[in-house]
Amino acid sequence: MTKLLDIQNLTLRFKGKRTVHAINDVSLSMEQGETLALLGESGSGKSVTLKALLGLLPPKRTEIEGKIEVNGTDVLSLSGKKLQKYRGGEVSMVFQEPALALDPVYTVGHQIAESVMRHKGVSKADAMSTALDMLDRVRIPSANRRLHNYPHELSGGMRQRVMIALALACRPRLLLADEPTTALDATVQIQILLLLRELQKEFGMGVIFVTHDIGVAVEISERVAVMYAGQIVEEGTTSEIIKSAKHPYTQGLLAANLHDVERGARLNAIPGAPPSLETKPDACSFAPRCAHATAECRAALPPVFTPAPRRRVACVMAEPAIAAQ
Amino acid sequence: MSATDLSPALKPKTAAPESRDKGGPAQPLVIVKDLQKHFPVRGGILGRTQAMVQAVDGVSFEVKKGETLGIVGESGCGKSTTARLLIGLIEKDKGEIIFDGQGLGETLSLKDLRKDVQMVFQDSYASLNPRLTIEDSVAFGAKVQGLDDPNGRARSLMARVGLDPDRFAHRYPHELSGGQRQRVNIARALAMSPRLVVLDEAVSALDKSVEAQVLNLLSDLRREFGLTYIFISHDLNVVRYISDRILVMYLGEVVEVAPVDSIWQEQAHPYTRSLFSAMPSMDPDSRTQEPPLAGDPPNPIDPPKGCRFHTRCRFASEVCKTRVPKLMGLPGNAEHLAACHLHDATSGHPKAGQGVPQ
Repeated sequence: MTKLLDIQNLTLRFKGKRTVHAINDVSLSMEQGETLALLGESGSGKSVTLKALLGLLPPKRTEIEGKIEVNGTDVLSLSGKKLQKYRGGEVSMVFQEPALALDPVYTVGHQIAESVMRHKGVSKADAMSTALDMLDRVRIPSANRRLHNYPHELSGGMRQRVMIALALACRPRLLLADEPTTALDATVQIQILLLLRELQKEFGMGVIFVTHDIGVAVEISERVAVMYAGQIVEEGTTSEIIKSAKHPYTQGLLAANLHDVERGARLNAIPGAPPSLETKPDACSFAPRCAHATAECRAALPPVFTPAPRRRVACVMAEPAIAAQ
Repeated sequence: MSATDLSPALKPKTAAPESRDKGGPAQPLVIVKDLQKHFPVRGGILGRTQAMVQAVDGVSFEVKKGETLGIVGESGCGKSTTARLLIGLIEKDKGEIIFDGQGLGETLSLKDLRKDVQMVFQDSYASLNPRLTIEDSVAFGAKVQGLDDPNGRARSLMARVGLDPDRFAHRYPHELSGGQRQRVNIARALAMSPRLVVLDEAVSALDKSVEAQVLNLLSDLRREFGLTYIFISHDLNVVRYISDRILVMYLGEVVEVAPVDSIWQEQAHPYTRSLFSAMPSMDPDSRTQEPPLAGDPPNPIDPPKGCRFHTRCRFASEVCKTRVPKLMGLPGNAEHLAACHLHDATSGHPKAGQGVPQ
C-alpha cells in the first residue's frame, strides 16, 4: 500500500528582508489511517510544515527543497486546477481560529455545500443534504436549523465542529489540524478531541495534529513527532514518547507540563529561548539550552539514532542509552 | 541575586513589609463581599440597553496574607472581571472590597489601593506601551506615585526578573520575545512594591518551556518580597502547582473554594469534577473515553435560574432549577466550601447530604 504521507529532506526558507530557515531537513512518513501529533513550541515549524503540505505558502518568498508525497502525489509539483482539486479533496485542514477561517457572510451550510459542489460536481440540493449529514456527524444538535446559521451565531465549540464538518465533507485521506482546540475551553476541548478520534475511526483518514500541549497529543494521537527549530528531534509512538523520552528537549517539555510535579517544588525549566533561525543550523539547535551539551553537540549536527523501527532520536546522548540496553 | 543587591530605594519597603501591615497577620489581605458587576448590552437605533451580561454576580471570597489564591473556570465565567474589579479597573455595581481592613472607597482611595495591588495581564505585548522603552515602562508607575528613584528601582527589578538592564533597558517591547516581555510586566508590577499581585492568565500565552521559567520566577519573587498572589488561569496543572487554595467560578458565581490538596482529592461540586476530568489524561493507555460535559457554557446574558449549572449537571433535580445553592463548608471539612444542593441535607434534593455520587 502506498504511504499516506512521505516527506523526504524537506528544507524550507522564507526570503525577504531577512531569511528564516523555518524547516531544516525534515523527513517524515505516515501510513494510511494513522494519527500523528506534531509537538513543538511556537516557531518550531509545525504550522509551516502543514502549510507546505497544502501548498499554502507564498510562492515568491518561499524556497522549498525536498519532496512531499501524499498518496503517491508529488505535492510540490501541483499547480492550478490540480492543486485546487488536491486541497480539500485529498487533504484538508482545520485551523486554530474557526471564527477567522469561516466566511462571515455565508451560512455554514452554504460554505460546506460550496466545497462539496466544487469537488464532487453535484447539484446544490445534493450538496446541502451532504452538508446536513456532515453537521449531524460532528454531533451538532438540531443540525437542520444550524445549517442556516451564520458563523457569528454559533459558539466557539460549535464553530470548530462546523470547521471539522467542512474539512471532512469531501472525505479527504489526510486531515491537517493546526491547534484546533487551543482557543477552546477545557471542557469543550475534550469534546472536540473525542469527536476527532471517533471521526478518524469512522472515515479511516490519517490525521496530523499540531499542538504544543503534550496532554492533547496523548489524547488524540498514536504517534508523536517532536519538532524544535525546524527539525524533528524525536519521533515514536505516543507511549514511547511519554514513557521513555530520550531527547533532552522532549524530557524538558514533559517536565514543563506540570502534570505530577510536587507543589511548590522548583521546576526543572529549560533555560533560554528557541533560536531565531536566521542562519541554517550547523550544530544541534538545542545545545545552547541543553544541560548535557558537550563540544561535540556544538560542532556538528547531531546523529539520528533509530533504536526501534519508526523510532528516532536526534541526539548524541541517545547512543549510550542504546548500548546500555 | 539576593535582596541585598537591590537598589536602596527598594530596600526599606521590601525588607520590612510588616510595617505596612495594618490589620495584623490574622486579618485577610483582601475580603470581597457580594461583588456584582453587570454589563449592559446596548443595541437598536437608540442604543438602549437591551440586556445585562451578568459577568460577576454575588462573588465573595477572602485572600489571606502571603497565600496564593488560584481562580479557575471557563471563558466567560467572570474570572477576569473579578480581577479587574479588585484592582479598580472597572467600577463595581455592588459589594465591598476590603483591603487589609480598609474598605475601598471608604477609608482607602483607588490611588492608594494601586500602590498595594498590581496586575499582570495575559497579553504581554498589548499591556506595554510600544513607544516607551522597557526601563521607562517599568519606572512609569513609580514616577506617577512619586516614589523615590524610579529608574533605579526599574533597573534593579529588571535585573531581578532576569533581564540584564544594560542590554534591555533601552529596548522597545517589540524587540523582546514573549517570555521576556512578560518578565518586564512582572518587573513593572513589582516596581510599586505591591503587597498583592493579580496575575490574569499571565503565563497562558507563553510556550511551555518558558512558562516553567516564569513560574519559577514567580515563586522566588513571592518568597523574597513577601507577596500575595491571585493567580487566574484555565490550566489546572499550573494552578495546582502555584496555589494554596483554589476558587472555581461558573457563570459569574463561586461554586467551590478549597485548599489545593483537598480539592485535588475530592471535587465537591459536580462542575469542578467535570472540569477536572476534562484535563487530558497524560496516559496513552487510559485515554479519556467520555466527555465530562456536553455543549458550551450557557450565555451569561440570561443565565439559568436556580443553580446556574443545572442545565449541564448530571445530578440536577427539581430543586436545582428553582433554588440558588449557598456556598457552605462541607461536613467535616469547613475549609472546603461548595455551592451545591447535594451537600446541603436540608436542600430538598432527593440525594441531598450524601455528597456527589460517582
